[in-house]
Amino acid sequence: MADEESATMEGLKSTLRKESRKLHLDFNELKSGGFIKQTQKNLFTVRLRCPGGKVTSERMKKAAEIAEKYGNGEVHISVRQSIEVPYVHYQHFDEIAASLREIDWSVASCGPRVRVPTACAGCTYNPNGITDTQGMCAEVDKRYFGTPTGHHKFKVSFSGCPIDCFRTREMDLGFQGVLEPMLIEELCNGCELCVKGCEEGALIMDGDIPVRDWDKCIYCGDCVKVCPVDSMVSKRIGWLARAGGKHGKHPYFSYEIANFLTDEQVFSLIEKTVVWYRDNAVGRERIGGAIERLGLDKYMDEVVVPLGLEAVRDPKDRMKYYAKGNYYGR
Amino acid sequence: MEDKKGAGIVPDDKIDLRGVLCPINFVQTKLKLEEMEMNQILEVILDDGDPMRNVPRSVKEEGHKIIKVEKLPDSSYKLLIRKEAE
Ligand code: SF4
Ligand code: SF4
Ligand code: SF4
Repeated sequence: MADEESATMEGLKSTLRKESRKLHLDFNELKSGGFIKQTQKNLFTVRLRCPGGKVTSERMKKAAEIAEKYGNGEVHISVRQSIEVPYVHYQHFDEIAASLREIDWSVASCGPRVRVPTACAGCTYNPNGITDTQGMCAEVDKRYFGTPTGHHKFKVSFSGCPIDCFRTREMDLGFQGVLEPMLIEELCNGCELCVKGCEEGALIMDGDIPVRDWDKCIYCGDCVKVCPVDSMVSKRIGWLARAGGKHGKHPYFSYEIANFLTDEQVFSLIEKTVVWYRDNAVGRERIGGAIERLGLDKYMDEVVVPLGLEAVRDPKDRMKYYAKGNYYGR
Repeated sequence: MEDKKGAGIVPDDKIDLRGVLCPINFVQTKLKLEEMEMNQILEVILDDGDPMRNVPRSVKEEGHKIIKVEKLPDSSYKLLIRKEAE
């Protein structure tokens, strides 16, 4: 099973490698390599690969050098966190690619492929962060960047907490950090700070002890972060997975498909979902369109259930993804 | 160790932050704590709402300990904070 999966991923990747070898000066092929045609004749915007928007000073200098030498001295920061150098003549593509290789850098992907993933700062330095978004983003970029889907673009994003700055609801696959809180009653002094700290109104005092309405809890962990005696603690952290979102002309809000994924389960879900997308979508349909057309059950039964992922709970303990899907699409 | 509710503790310093908005209330708490010695106790009075949601958490993030929370008649809150970090 696992072998079959990775074999398929390898297949997709080798197609990409072949495509990039014959990259020279065919405009369609060029587009797949992160060179985007401009309004102006012969001029392109070069999109650089910046997973998670993290760019070292060495790379910033390189981007500046390329902008000065081949562009008009400016860069543009794309909405997906990548540095783009506009006004580049196509004759300089090879030189630019070579210059990027010197510091082990490359252009980003466009076209019907897994795009460079995006991510917020996450737990490494954002006080709200629960999960290591940057670490996961770098790993996902390493493993899946540029994988052809056969249909349309495929966007992955990571947010470190339910504030969801990186809009995982609008991604083909989005992963958002979640924390399950737990009360150690013996340690609680009844100070109520957790009740004050919970913006969802999920906690109320029952005598001297806070009690939680799980239907309202969004797993943000604020109650844990405020508790002065570590009586409210983290039972576990993980990723809430969302699938089928997009922006553009007809935006979709994604479905919440599974909760508390481990890092490994995130990788498995991405792999299985990209293969399902390739096999089930038609034409230039995004995965959200395929899910709408074929029904969420099919995607759940063929991808999410076989991976044994934890369901998203609703008030009656049913899965709540039905209620939360494609909000804009209605 | 003091009892569970931190009763009977006399603060070494006080600051009344009623009517002071976020994040100035936290900054003033922080400045006050910086002037104090380790393990001294600061009494802080905060409005309910955003101040009570934000300031205690920031105080904890700075490494200090909130040892008592008491509701006052005007529905503001009195906090006792022990300085536990430089
Ligand atoms: S999603 Fe959460 S962790 Fe990420 S930047 Fe926003 S607030 Fe911080
Ligand atoms: S995790 Fe967030 S939503 Fe849930 S009870 Fe704690 S503060 Fe409230
Ligand atoms: S913040 Fe901690 S000590 Fe205070 S009521 Fe909540 S769980 Fe109890």
